Amino acid sequence: MAIKDYIRERFFPHIWCPGCGHGTVMNSLLRALESLGMSRNEIVMVSGIGCSSRISGYVDFHTLHTIHGRALAFATGVKLSRPELNLIVPMGDGDALAIGGNHFIHAARRNIDITAIVMNNRIYGMTGGQFSPLSGYGTMATTAPYSNIDHAFDTVELAIAAGATFVARSTSYHVKQLSKILRDAILHEGFSVVEVLSQCPTYFGRKNRAGSAVDMMEQYKNDTTPIGSKAKKENPDLIERGIFVQKEMPEYCREYDKIIEKAMKGN
Amino acid sequence: MLKQIEGSFAVAEMVAMCRPNVISAYPITPQTHIVEELSVIVGKGQLDAEFVNVESEFSAASVVLGASAAGARAYTATSSQGLLLMSEVVYCIAGMRLPIVMTCANRAISAPLSIWNDQQDSMALRDAGWIQLHAEDNQEASDLHVQAFKIAEKTSLPVMVCMDGFILTHAFEPVDLPEPKEVDAFLPPFKPTNIVDPRWPRGIGLFADPRFYHETRYILHRAMEKSGKTIKAVSAEFAKSFGRESGGFIKTYNLKDADLVIISMGSVVGTIKDLIDEFAEEGKKVGLLQICSYRPFPRKEIYDALKGKMNIVVLEKSISLGRGGILASDVRWSFPRADKKDRNISSFIAGLGGRNITKDDLRYMVEKVKKEPVELEFLGLNKDLIAKKDL
Repeated sequence: MAIKDYIRERFFPHIWCPGCGHGTVMNSLLRALESLGMSRNEIVMVSGIGCSSRISGYVDFHTLHTIHGRALAFATGVKLSRPELNLIVPMGDGDALAIGGNHFIHAARRNIDITAIVMNNRIYGMTGGQFSPLSGYGTMATTAPYSNIDHAFDTVELAIAAGATFVARSTSYHVKQLSKILRDAILHEGFSVVEVLSQCPTYFGRKNRAGSAVDMMEQYKNDTTPIGSKAKKENPDLIERGIFVQKEMPEYCREYDKIIEKAMKGN
Repeated sequence: MLKQIEGSFAVAEMVAMCRPNVISAYPITPQTHIVEELSVIVGKGQLDAEFVNVESEFSAASVVLGASAAGARAYTATSSQGLLLMSEVVYCIAGMRLPIVMTCANRAISAPLSIWNDQQDSMALRDAGWIQLHAEDNQEASDLHVQAFKIAEKTSLPVMVCMDGFILTHAFEPVDLPEPKEVDAFLPPFKPTNIVDPRWPRGIGLFADPRFYHETRYILHRAMEKSGKTIKAVSAEFAKSFGRESGGFIKTYNLKDADLVIISMGSVVGTIKDLIDEFAEEGKKVGLLQICSYRPFPRKEIYDALKGKMNIVVLEKSISLGRGGILASDVRWSFPRADKKDRNISSFIAGLGGRNITKDDLRYMVEKVKKEPVELEFLGLNKDLIAKKDL
């Protein structure tokens, strides 16, 4: 299937700002799906609200554009009723970890077979640059004119602690790696979390003097390193990329089926 | 002093002059500019308040509930999905009789997703025990906030100030903003009565079994009804202090000789007035009754103002799906049974999800109801977008 067939061209041009990393993430995702030879009808994309959530309008799968922060809850319902479908949930950092933080940890805890993509631009872009739970200490935002005193979550550590069985991180600069990780995440049976550092030159970049989109992507190149690299040992401030956790654990829908079987026995 | 200013900023500046102790909010279009500007005002040290950024509207409402229960003057603002997410807390705030002020930048409700204006959001919470005031323009939106704090604190009822999203929040208009000392003279510091206080421990919002709950609702309903007096008194006092009319229960325009009366609320009233002027030049007598206080509902005021008016059309930006016009229902209920059969009350739904309401649309509406009453019509419906079986 050609990449073009996965896209709803009638909804273009997209609403993302020039230089936004989200289009690159969508590109990597579509390439991952193409490499898997997946049909559009096997994929359900559920999104919440925010810049990242607009992705569900542009891809020609079964798509649900739902409520801010609740995409994983809706996706849980879809997955439980149609476990044979592949659920992909793109979220922003505010969507996934502020208003939707509770849904995030509990979906991870259940190990339900959903691929959660956290497109982390460290800011609320759609509403004008308010700080999010991933902005981090010392960053600037429209709601933190004297710098942010809230510390950021580490998405990867949070997902691991909550019980996700596939946890990875990449960036909008590392397109090929991202595509491969997303492919593995979709194939993984269980709750997969892929954090993607994705630049927002319009708000985060401007507020924090991070330069242009290219400068921000260059920063992803320079400030990240493969997991366990020598560079990391020498410079602990580097952000690790790659797959942190990939383990087999009982998947929620299968466990649920077993309960149904048990309960129906003798009836 | 008149200032050319965006509606959201005018509201933010007025709220700041009301000296809230605690502000909490979550970003949502089209409300965001209000609290963003307030965060700048607090950040600059011009307002001594706690500004609490939270992770959802549910938390924002909860923070102001807690703050108010501890005796603070508390303020929040939201729109649409944000208000619906708050709804559980919105009911609690009213039940606890906490005088919180909230701005609702009116916006449509999902699904489908729309960020544009209508009034379905505040309508969804009309029965929660909050006073609801609707602004016609940005001057009134700004003025209503200082009145709102006063009304809330006098009646121990929360007040929601509704202003049309984008049409008002994002529009630049000349707004007369008072001096802080004028606001201080009008709005004295908050003297809380019903709060948690270590010197006198008490419970707020505790379990009420069937022996008590029924009565709490009666008392709240009576308080809402009685608050009408306070709304009128505060509006009159505002006019005396600031030299202009704002708020109150209802307002009228060219009503005296009108043989047809349009009833509506919010920013569309401006367009209606322009059209009424055009009609007057053409020798047609059309009048307006504008609802400012939607809750409590000005039933008696409407009845008194419309004595002898037999042709009425209600225009509103919301709908009770499966029932029809909500404001229209309220208006129909305003006339005693004996009167009802003589009056023609038409109902039009307009401007949902940000569809423009033009003078031509309104002219069509007026011409149509002059011929015969209309039970319910969606103004400007594009039938090409609707499958035949759904028409």
